[in-house]
Amino acid sequence: MIPFQYVKPSKPKAAIDTVAKDQTAMFIAGGTNLVDLMKRGVMTPEKLVDINKLPLRKIERENGNVRIGALALNGAVAEDKLVMEKHPLLSQALNAGASAQLRNMATVGGNIMQRVRCPYFYDTAMPCNKREPGTGCGALQGFNRMHAIFGHSEKCIAVNPSDMNVALVALDAVVLVSGPKGDRKIPFAEFHRLPGDTPQIHTNLQQGELIMAVEIPENPYTKHVHYLKVRDRTSYAFALVSVAAALDMDGSTIKSARLAMGGVAHKPWRLNEAEQFLAGKTANEATFRQAAEIAMRGAKAFEHNKFKLQMGPNTIVQALKNAAGAV
Amino acid sequence: MDRVDSRQKVTGAAKYSAEYELPNMAHGILVGSTIAKGSIKSIDTKRAENAPGVLAVLHYQNSPKVPGYAQEAHPTEPKPAGKPLQVFIDNQIHFNDQPIAIVVADTLERAVYAARLVKVQYNVDEHATDFDKNVPKAFLPTAAKRNPKHGLNDYTRGKEDAYKNEALKIESEYVIPTEFHNPMELQSIIAHWEAADKLTVYDKTQAVIGTQNAFAKDWKIPVENVKVIATFVGGAFGNGLHTWPHETAAIIAAKKVNRPVKLMLTREQMFTMVGYRPHAWQKVGMSATKDGKITAITHEAIGQTSTYEEFTESTLQQTRMMYTSPNVTTRYRILPLDVSTPIWMRGPGEATGAFALESAMDEMAYVLGIDPLEFRLINHTDKDPEKNLPWSTKYLKEAMQMGAEQIGWSKRQLKPGQVKNGEWLVGYGMGVGTFGANRGRAKVKATLHKDGTLVMQSATTDIGPGTGTAMVQIAAQNLGLPPEKIVFELGSSLYPPSPSQGGSATVATVGSAVHAVCQTLKQRIAGMVAGNADTSFKGATVENLTFKDGYVSVTASPSARLSFADVLKQQNLPELEVTEESSPDASLRSKYSMYSFSVHFAEVQVHPLTGQVRVTNMVACADAGTIINAKTAGNQMIGGAVGGLGMALTEGGVIDHRFGRYVTKDFAEYHVPVHADAPNISAAFVNKPDLINNPNGTKGIGEIAIIGVAPAIANAIFNATGKRIRELPITPDKLMMV
Repeated sequence: MIPFQYVKPSKPKAAIDTVAKDQTAMFIAGGTNLVDLMKRGVMTPEKLVDINKLPLRKIERENGNVRIGALALNGAVAEDKLVMEKHPLLSQALNAGASAQLRNMATVGGNIMQRVRCPYFYDTAMPCNKREPGTGCGALQGFNRMHAIFGHSEKCIAVNPSDMNVALVALDAVVLVSGPKGDRKIPFAEFHRLPGDTPQIHTNLQQGELIMAVEIPENPYTKHVHYLKVRDRTSYAFALVSVAAALDMDGSTIKSARLAMGGVAHKPWRLNEAEQFLAGKTANEATFRQAAEIAMRGAKAFEHNKFKLQMGPNTIVQALKNAAGAV
Repeated sequence: MDRVDSRQKVTGAAKYSAEYELPNMAHGILVGSTIAKGSIKSIDTKRAENAPGVLAVLHYQNSPKVPGYAQEAHPTEPKPAGKPLQVFIDNQIHFNDQPIAIVVADTLERAVYAARLVKVQYNVDEHATDFDKNVPKAFLPTAAKRNPKHGLNDYTRGKEDAYKNEALKIESEYVIPTEFHNPMELQSIIAHWEAADKLTVYDKTQAVIGTQNAFAKDWKIPVENVKVIATFVGGAFGNGLHTWPHETAAIIAAKKVNRPVKLMLTREQMFTMVGYRPHAWQKVGMSATKDGKITAITHEAIGQTSTYEEFTESTLQQTRMMYTSPNVTTRYRILPLDVSTPIWMRGPGEATGAFALESAMDEMAYVLGIDPLEFRLINHTDKDPEKNLPWSTKYLKEAMQMGAEQIGWSKRQLKPGQVKNGEWLVGYGMGVGTFGANRGRAKVKATLHKDGTLVMQSATTDIGPGTGTAMVQIAAQNLGLPPEKIVFELGSSLYPPSPSQGGSATVATVGSAVHAVCQTLKQRIAGMVAGNADTSFKGATVENLTFKDGYVSVTASPSARLSFADVLKQQNLPELEVTEESSPDASLRSKYSMYSFSVHFAEVQVHPLTGQVRVTNMVACADAGTIINAKTAGNQMIGGAVGGLGMALTEGGVIDHRFGRYVTKDFAEYHVPVHADAPNISAAFVNKPDLINNPNGTKGIGEIAIIGVAPAIANAIFNATGKRIRELPITPDKLMMV
């Protein structure tokens, strides 16, 4: 491991100032991703600012919103009463991620910041525009079974690996950020980026900006929700395709829907058009199949991930069926 | 009985090779090549050498020479043709991530950091790592070419390829990807030169004596000057059968820096430096009569090897002896690629072969419209049709019956896709496994102490099956001494020799030597009490004595008894030491065919939309002779079933052929099964002795625990869905029905 400095401030401002003025500094919380990347030599921060002393662990209700501190642990959020009551979709998505051990270390803020799991990104002997701009995308002509079918570019076809993010984008979450220039709120759908020509830029966060909390507005999706993750093994594997589905039902009629996919794009992939289609329709397999077809418009696969063009809509249909049937 | 070392293992008291701390110990990290073929043009180590704490950076230009670098350094038998990779001898690159330098530093962190600073430039040659594209390069192994009687030669019983002319037949191709052993414990060694010609290694190995011999040869020092310690081994599955380049790299480094050097591979290096189950292509042609009698089988296989060694395995052996077919043809070839050499992985060869043969059996049964269990019973053979010899024992039919009842085979429908559980499609499948009931030669020393306790020693290892526990039980039963008074010490070259722990042979091999020392001990005790003129023991022999609970008594008058401790006391002996060697009886081995047998049943559910598979129940039944310990034997069967589940559903190595480099080399990319994948698994044993094989009546379990599992699951998936998947692993993308 490359030698680095380590500081552990107790005030957010001190943490933010340290990282803001030092391009080689990074925040560290649970460390479940960053430490791995440092061990592999993929990321080489010269200074780690440990934020675990900051008071950012609370999960609370504020004006109807559920506000989750950036340092709340994934495991704690998944089991939190308020979250399970108000946003069971988030609880399901969290429990679908990683392993119990990791969920007990990983934080909500860290999960949002999680890097791609592309094997070319992880191997410093391989080309990767995200790790080393200009070296090319190893996956484009290489092994791309786990890769994107939406929103990719010639420069990068990796996917955002988080399950939590898929639920948060479906639930219209907002990321509360504090930085050297003050506080701001970033809608979840605008937090992550598509790779475009600059895949090395992972999110829209600026140097020194720190995630303080995530806020989820009140919504009616407390009952008919389902997070369905299809993967190569039953636990501790990243999604081939995952779907977060939430329905507000009136009898068999869908009043409104929320739908997002994971494992298909460089950011959690919200399916707005499919949601609009579902509103007012009768909940049945034919409706779900039509919504899935709308959702898949514009998908483009590569050599090893063509199956996602079939698995994607199938998983949408199944997630909607499960959500509609859930009580 | 519980494992004798379970407390040590669960409390962390058990010490594995990398856990030893020696004074002044340094740490080594290997630098791997980043090309698959070519040569090193230049290697710049200046920055690494100048980094803090670095003691040496060794590579082909400056490495101390290994004086006797053996042309064949394998402890394994039979030795593969070619020669093992020798580290730091020249600038040639034979595979990607080949160890090309070792960085030694005073701490692990400093060694890791400095290893990143080594800069290497290459002359790149065109590599070949793509199996499919290089199939025409496959050839008959040299061992077979040299010896027409070698088992790897083409084989024909009856007419060659007779299935081709039959009406009712199948012909299918099967592929398994490269799979990796990935035991929990990383391959590790501490190399310590205690004197210029005296080497001690704390080494992760399955072969204590083989490793000792290999290093003695390498360094041209007397065998007794090499001490190998492997008291605990945290799993191995076969990749501890070899001595590997990293071990020699550590020994070279220790020589150079004149300090003990610890080297532990990284998880990524476990995918490139210590072998794997080779990628294999197979084809099976089979024909049968309408009423289910197999008329012909042809089974062909090509297995991957490296360019510098010919690794072979007995992929096709079972096809020659498993079923009654009058016509059988087998052809085995190997395909050299620019990759590292494979090594036997649990159920080597047979597990690969069984996937093809047992899938083909299911396919044939389906064509015939016969239940697959019934089909196997029709073609069951009561003698070995290859060798034309009787079996020493074979209780496969009993095992099949036990398993079929436990899984509820009667619920199975002949036609696929008929049984549902909600949306999920339910299916049942089976697969048979077999492996030679091997036995080798081993020596055990036993010392009966004056307090009545017994300590036995032998240089075998325990990679997880519970060897010490089984040996204690065998001694307890044979000597009539409570197990808590017996200790079995293993994993050190200071003990009498035993072979490597491999080929499911340890209990038959070492257990026979334990049996032998116990017989000798009893005779010595009998001799001592017989000379005791004052008692009813006078003139006693082993035959009319009873040995029980640590006491010896005359069977006819059991009231007069002497504890073993008192026997020694009477003789004024501080201890009684005997050493016995035991080997198989060659003449018996020529009169019988000896195999273990297993049968695996699986119940699976498949989701028609998402292709997700749930294995909901598994039953593993074995004919493995006498079961010494039901718990540890059950552990082996269950562990093997989980390994087979991984083979069937989740595990597979992928190379990006543009770079000849693996893209699956951690536990995120290479999926070993997790608890959530493993269903309830029941293990059951016929538990009838094979006394022709050895005096304890045992046959091996480790290999048959996995052989036949993958086809059982694949066949169950076919029964659930009607989809026949012939390339492993069977991931969800292969099973969507909509």
